[in-house]
Amino acid sequence: MAHAAYQLATSTHAANASYAGPKAHPSWSPYDNNGGTCVAVAGDDYCIVAASTRMSTGFSILTRDSSMVLKLSDKVMLVSSGFQADARTLHKVIQQRWIQYQFAHRRPMSVGAMAQLLGNTLYYKRFFPYYTFNLCAGLDEEGKGAVYSYDAIGSHERSGYSVQGSGKDLIQPVLDNQLKAASPLVLPPQNWMSSLPLDMAVDLVKDAFVSAGERDIYTGDAVEIYVMTKEGTKREVMPLKKD
Amino acid sequence: MPDMLDFSSVSTQPQSSRLRIDDEDETVHSSGVQQFPLPQVQDIDSFEKDVMEYVKPKHGTTTLGFIFKHGVIIAVDSRASMGSYISSQTVKKVIEINPYLLGTMAGGAADCQFWQRNLGQQCRLYELNNGKRITVGAASKLLANVMFSYKGYGLSMGTMVAGYDPSGPALYYVDSDGQRTKGQIFSVGSGSLYAYGVLDAGYKWDMEIEDAIELGRRSIYHATFRDAVSGGTVSVYHVAQDGWKKVRGDDVGALHYELYPNREAHPCHGSDPI
Repeated sequence: MAHAAYQLATSTHAANASYAGPKAHPSWSPYDNNGGTCVAVAGDDYCIVAASTRMSTGFSILTRDSSMVLKLSDKVMLVSSGFQADARTLHKVIQQRWIQYQFAHRRPMSVGAMAQLLGNTLYYKRFFPYYTFNLCAGLDEEGKGAVYSYDAIGSHERSGYSVQGSGKDLIQPVLDNQLKAASPLVLPPQNWMSSLPLDMAVDLVKDAFVSAGERDIYTGDAVEIYVMTKEGTKREVMPLKKD
Repeated sequence: MPDMLDFSSVSTQPQSSRLRIDDEDETVHSSGVQQFPLPQVQDIDSFEKDVMEYVKPKHGTTTLGFIFKHGVIIAVDSRASMGSYISSQTVKKVIEINPYLLGTMAGGAADCQFWQRNLGQQCRLYELNNGKRITVGAASKLLANVMFSYKGYGLSMGTMVAGYDPSGPALYYVDSDGQRTKGQIFSVGSGSLYAYGVLDAGYKWDMEIEDAIELGRRSIYHATFRDAVSGGTVSVYHVAQDGWKKVRGDDVGALHYELYPNREAHPCHGSDPI
């Protein structure tokens, strides 16, 4: 079992007298927030994934070049902000399931399948969540960009673009202003993805990170930008201010 | 490769009996039975409370459903918020369990999404096992049983299960406390009080379908107007003998001008006669 360390308590309530496992210190706090911002933008034939590389705790910077991205293939990626210890663990679990799926089905997982798996993986820890805020991004079966955004316990939704992490409040409204299209729920159906040309979308993402870096203490140092197209994945690192 | 399909992930035995099985037989673990690891703490209630404070799962909703002469109407908004931040305006709060069954979503988004998908799996398995469609009552009871088995674990879900079965249209309210009620009219969520106001005032059993759709849509609109954590788009579904159909999907912004083309007629713009 991947989570043998967290054995199920033997009683329905751990507070019951029959509970015999190790007991936590009353002030035990298993979570921290390491900050960082991630953005994903989907286009008609591309998908952009960008994540800042600063990792912090409180007012201290722990490292300036830590990646929050898990690249599973040229068509599927996962980015996780929040608590990086949980994020790493989650990435390990997902990577393992990704490989298992390929052995079982003899083909790579689609973004849609990955999105569902990530949702279930997060919900599986419903009562002891991964404190991570994820984006699953890639190219779907038709080659269109796909972005799925999550809350920490696995509720998810496909959208045209999304932002997670400490800079969310700063960047999401800007992308809404530039990229918002009709809701996928309206009838008669309308196109719910805005189709910005790739170079303009990359510039928009870069500008968003530069601006977030000016006002968010947890966003800075650098941003790594992945661009997925049918030709493959390109990675680029853009430096941000280091203060 | 296993020579049998693995349905263990759909297992929704009551938590207590599942734990008993785990104690007796270790092999149950390896068959992949979905189990939810708990934190190793003494006071799990306060731990869960702290976690929810930290995680702030998606919340906030207005949903309604009512039975009338020509079937069932379901109407919902589409906003999700985490604290005071609007995390999405495009949430799909009606879950299409199968062509004859709908579920609505209020409360924790993840809890609703996960367990209603699980209900869809259970309903499909029921069909395969029994060669006939599950009734609305039975489907809602499957969900209520799961909810009851997790009672006290802090799940948050207020849902309506609506559909059409051989005995006619049916509507049930099921929530995370394990409560399950059959009824004619329900509204669930933070904006439900506002929706009830409009709905109860306009409801008649022998309405025409178009009027019923309009009533559902108007009720949700007025809820989004007064309730800050409801909004986005208003979706309306109609369920009849031949299954459900989505009949409306309107952005609240556009709906405002559609329902009140004359500015003075809107409740917040009444002009002072003196």
